[in-house]
Amino acid sequence: MKCEDMLRMLNDYVDGDVDISVCKEFEKHLTGCDPCKVVVDTIRKTITLYKGSEVYEVPAEFHTRLYETLRRKWDETKKAD
Amino acid sequence: MEPDQDRELVTRAKAGDFEAFESLVGRHERRLYALSMSILRHREDAENVVQTTFLSVLEHLKEFREESSFATWVSRIATHAALNVLRKRKGLETVPITETQDEDGEIPHPEHVADWRGDPARVFEQQELRRVLDEAIDALPEKHRLVFILRDVEGFNVEETASLLGISEANVKVRLLRARLALREKLTRVFGDAAHAITHEHDGEAARSTPAKEVLRSYQSRETR
Repeated sequence: MKCEDMLRMLNDYVDGDVDISVCKEFEKHLTGCDPCKVVVDTIRKTITLYKGSEVYEVPAEFHTRLYETLRRKWDETKKAD
Repeated sequence: MEPDQDRELVTRAKAGDFEAFESLVGRHERRLYALSMSILRHREDAENVVQTTFLSVLEHLKEFREESSFATWVSRIATHAALNVLRKRKGLETVPITETQDEDGEIPHPEHVADWRGDPARVFEQQELRRVLDEAIDALPEKHRLVFILRDVEGFNVEETASLLGISEANVKVRLLRARLALREKLTRVFGDAAHAITHEHDGEAARSTPAKEVLRSYQSRETR
């Protein structure tokens, strides 16, 4: 396996979507190719970082407004039932 | 997020228990707000999407057959709503979500290859980290950013992502690869250990170079400390 092949299959490897024989070939390549090893490693870190970074706080004023709107709608729906 | 707790709350809410419905909202509003913000990058639009989503949930809860988890169901509703907002903005913007013309070119080769100086989440202040991540993802073309958010941040599979965006699965894969490589490239320029950058020589050349081995060794030793 060459670096170009590695690049093409990078997603499938990172997502665990390759069969065992391809996976073994991939890992054999990584053992002998530090740049590819670092690329795979930093791709994984990139994904992990974004996955864990959803730190947007719901604005307090919106939170209150949302609950009031939902309460009103809930009551309307119940009356209509 | 505990799906069993959601299931119980859904059952109670379907039976008319508003407190159970409120609990469901409380358990998912922050996640849906983050999802909407990631897609729309605009606070008021994100708020509208979250509100529209929960109003829709309230209206259609009885029809929810629970074939998927509640979390997946509401994520789909919110994603649809957010993408609709994006489509409405299209009069002002240039790139349609379904554009496919540039997916055939060569995959960009990684240019900046260096392992990172420790774990950025620990090394950087939270606000600084957020700024770096936002800048990197904002610089992506919208179509790549959306696929990355839906696949890697929200965890939709390839088929679901393709269906939500109205593009082929092959395009989801190519766009995801481009997005991942572009983000990795940008983040490595900030987090990478410049002293041990690996020169751009693949297919075994760099593997024999001492600096490359050093960077890996030094990183491994930091990791085990």
